[in-house]
Amino acid sequence: MRTGFDPGAEAARATGAILDDTLRGSSRGIVVDSPPGAGKSTLVVRAALELAAAGHPLMVIAQTNAQVDDLVVRLAEKDPELPVGRLHSSDSDPYDKVLDGLANVTKSAKAADLAGLDIVISTAAKWAHVKNVEPWGHAIVDEAYQMRSDALLAVAGLFERALFVGDPGQLDPFSIVGADQWAGLTYDPSASAVSTLLAHNPELPQHRLPVSWRLPASAAPLVSDAFYPYTPFRSGTDHGDRKLSFGVASDGSGPDRVLDEAAESGWGLLELPARHTPRTDPEAVRAVALVVRRLLDRGGVATSERAEDPVPVTADRVAVGTAHRDQAAAVRAALAELGVTGVAVDTANRLQGREFDVTVVLHPLSGRPDATAFHLETGRLCVLASRHRHACVVVCREGVADLLDEHPSTEPVQLGVTVKFPDGWEANHAVLAHLAEHKVRWKP
Amino acid sequence: MSLITTLARLEAVDSGRAQPLATVRHRHLTDRPLVLVPLTTAGEAGAPLGALVGTDREAPRLLAVAQPRDRDLRFAFLAELAEAVLPHIEACADVVEPAERNETDPATGKKTKVEVELCLDAAQVIVPSRAGVEFVRLLGRSMRFRRTAEDNPDTPYPAPARVPLLGRWLTHYGERARVPGSSLLLASTDLLNRHWATGQSSLEDQHLGALLSWIDPPAGSSGAEAALRAELARDGEGQLLCPPAGPATDPDFDNRLLAPAIERYDRARTALASAEDGLAADARLGELSAAEREIRSLLARVMLPTWDAVWRGLDLLRQLPEGARAEDRWTRDRWSFTAHRDRVRSGEPPQPRRDDAVTAAQKLASRETAQAQLEAQEALDDPLVLAGRRLAGEAFLGTVSGVEMAYTESKRPSPRPLVTVRTDERPHLGERTKVYRSLDGKPQTAEFVRAEQETDQDGEILLVLRILDRMGRSKEPAPGSVPEPGERIAWTLFEHDQRGGPKLPDPEETPWTHGGPPGADAATRAEQPDPVTPEDLL
Repeated sequence: MRTGFDPGAEAARATGAILDDTLRGSSRGIVVDSPPGAGKSTLVVRAALELAAAGHPLMVIAQTNAQVDDLVVRLAEKDPELPVGRLHSSDSDPYDKVLDGLANVTKSAKAADLAGLDIVISTAAKWAHVKNVEPWGHAIVDEAYQMRSDALLAVAGLFERALFVGDPGQLDPFSIVGADQWAGLTYDPSASAVSTLLAHNPELPQHRLPVSWRLPASAAPLVSDAFYPYTPFRSGTDHGDRKLSFGVASDGSGPDRVLDEAAESGWGLLELPARHTPRTDPEAVRAVALVVRRLLDRGGVATSERAEDPVPVTADRVAVGTAHRDQAAAVRAALAELGVTGVAVDTANRLQGREFDVTVVLHPLSGRPDATAFHLETGRLCVLASRHRHACVVVCREGVADLLDEHPSTEPVQLGVTVKFPDGWEANHAVLAHLAEHKVRWKP
Repeated sequence: MSLITTLARLEAVDSGRAQPLATVRHRHLTDRPLVLVPLTTAGEAGAPLGALVGTDREAPRLLAVAQPRDRDLRFAFLAELAEAVLPHIEACADVVEPAERNETDPATGKKTKVEVELCLDAAQVIVPSRAGVEFVRLLGRSMRFRRTAEDNPDTPYPAPARVPLLGRWLTHYGERARVPGSSLLLASTDLLNRHWATGQSSLEDQHLGALLSWIDPPAGSSGAEAALRAELARDGEGQLLCPPAGPATDPDFDNRLLAPAIERYDRARTALASAEDGLAADARLGELSAAEREIRSLLARVMLPTWDAVWRGLDLLRQLPEGARAEDRWTRDRWSFTAHRDRVRSGEPPQPRRDDAVTAAQKLASRETAQAQLEAQEALDDPLVLAGRRLAGEAFLGTVSGVEMAYTESKRPSPRPLVTVRTDERPHLGERTKVYRSLDGKPQTAEFVRAEQETDQDGEILLVLRILDRMGRSKEPAPGSVPEPGERIAWTLFEHDQRGGPKLPDPEETPWTHGGPPGADAATRAEQPDPVTPEDLL
């Protein structure tokens, strides 16, 4: 093992300080920045349990129903006796059916029905409709960097103090209409909740989780350098702690060679010949599907610190990430044609917060004639490059480096807006340079 | 850019003519829109140079500033603009119909219906280009805080009486123009670009002359040639045949014609000021008004082609029938117009320089709702727009091939019929994805159950959908509420209506995360007026 850095102890120290501030601090808010897979959810669960144990009922605000249900299940795992309220919408099927099997969970569409429970959890959208209730003393806001400032405005009256947890490197919240008119205002409604919070309350304590338990030793340095240059983090495991191997030897084709490269080094770039293509580039989509097919066919097994024995990499441990929804739909269709089911195929926005053994990514700039702000967004690439525990294979057309050089960032600089660093252009170059060392050229 | 727009643009390049993007007009046009063609002075932000304004295409009113750096003349221009624009607005403000509005009683918190006035029609303003909208906003901002002698007799350089009022209205129009689908203040280029795709870049599409050349090229010429001519062709004096639609002017016009004319005007003014006797003054006054006339005719010359182009664009748009739901959006514009009228009449102060946190969040939320609603309404109104959504997998057309009755498993079973639809399209349906169709103008919801394979030789697939609502309260669905076999139905994956967002706190209750109520931190971040510098008082 490495000397001088004990990831477990470092993480415990950080968590201890956060909990201390939460339980005994005097500030109204605490902000925790967490890199990908650093135990954010674990922290939320632990803070919620400790607050409840100390006799402080609290509300938890997450961003999606899936996140809410996941938190409820995790809380029940840790403490099956603790009364938890799940506030849900009045639509049909508002929550995961798993919750019906948990005895400690009360579910209701009305906040009044859940009054008095130790912990009440819901989405920000649902909380925004809760009116005329006694404010909670404490709140935990999960994925606070993905929450929009106006969503926080709608719920902030419900609590007196709050713990804000989130990953600053992921995708920023967005708005479907222009919001330039408010750019630079401290309370720009389209900005993230944390940026508004800190602009008005700069004195709030800010913490950082220093260890990524998800990313392998091969990925943490790249993701840390490319996306978190000023707040570096380490991986919780070392080189050699994790291993990906295949039961079936390579047949020498491009997809097999890139899988071997990725198993060996953690990264693989399958480079197709340069070409301008429509978004749903049929060759690239097919290449993505083939890589997944071969990964499953070759009997991939993953060895990690989680289990004594190697665990087979099954379809549910694999994800495909794209930039656009039509690309995801095209990949799904291609996978169905190859008879693959059970693999998560989604856009970066929807893969946020999820974890897999192996990911296959269709590069956002592959085959494009231009590099728009959408495709250059730092968070998009960061999400796609940080979902895996073992290996990440990127499928891309040749020529993205040239494309980047032809399209320097030209976004207008707005007065009063904190410049995000690194910009997507820089981060894309950093990732590409690293991937180039793991390149497999292939002509389908 | 969507795939169908790309295709339309390729076809436009191929055929040399703009291709339609819509079969109906998606913006309401009133019978008497006010057209405003403004010009600004190069290098002098917010200094208007001239304008053509009016509701009669045969008789535009010409406003000009002979020396744009002279603030008295600038105020005179703005006063004249107020006289041209405000009567148009006020004419609409006085014609009302009774309407009802839901209001929350502050005492009981109950919702009640209140009788209010709604303006029968709102005053519509059309400018040539998006930069024109921006200029309207700038004019509004520069005028609404001015003080008149009536406001405060001691104010230095008082503004003419109606100028601040015009500023408030123009600010309202500029702000309303940011709401997707609104038609209170429209740019001619935006209107045309919504309805036609040209074979040039979207940057070039901002040139009104070039855009019209693509849509309606002169006989015997292709759109591309005509557009190139519109952009580049100059007369013997080196002046553009199709001057820019403003507010910026062509530098060649500024340098060769306008600057010398203004210089002559300045000289005539100086000469008049130094005239020593009445006779000389008379002669010099004549020179001065000749110099002014020259400037006016120069400005008229560069604005008239734009004036005509705007009206020509309106003619082209009026050839399209109005989309069914455009009227609904126009009603919202009328509400917005009426609400501003009421604010002005009740003596509220001008719109603040910046929105507070709550207002900004409210505006953003309502614009997002408007955007989603606009996209849905345009697709429902227009088969060509729907085709674009179908191509993107967000909607599909299918023929009902079978209906199987099914019921919910509860004590009082409700109908949940399974409808099988045959289609050759490939919508992006996932398990339990909701789809919607329009039933008597109201959306009916269904959810995707499964795809019955196989693809037959025509490339058609069978999709099974479960109808969820709008079938009445009884066990058997209301007549006509379940699709019949053979019916051809358009289903969309997007919702037709938008739910309103949550109620935000009142501005006085702005939470600590957003800096507390406005003015709470006034001591630390109060807005100080700019300090007076020697340049302010020349």
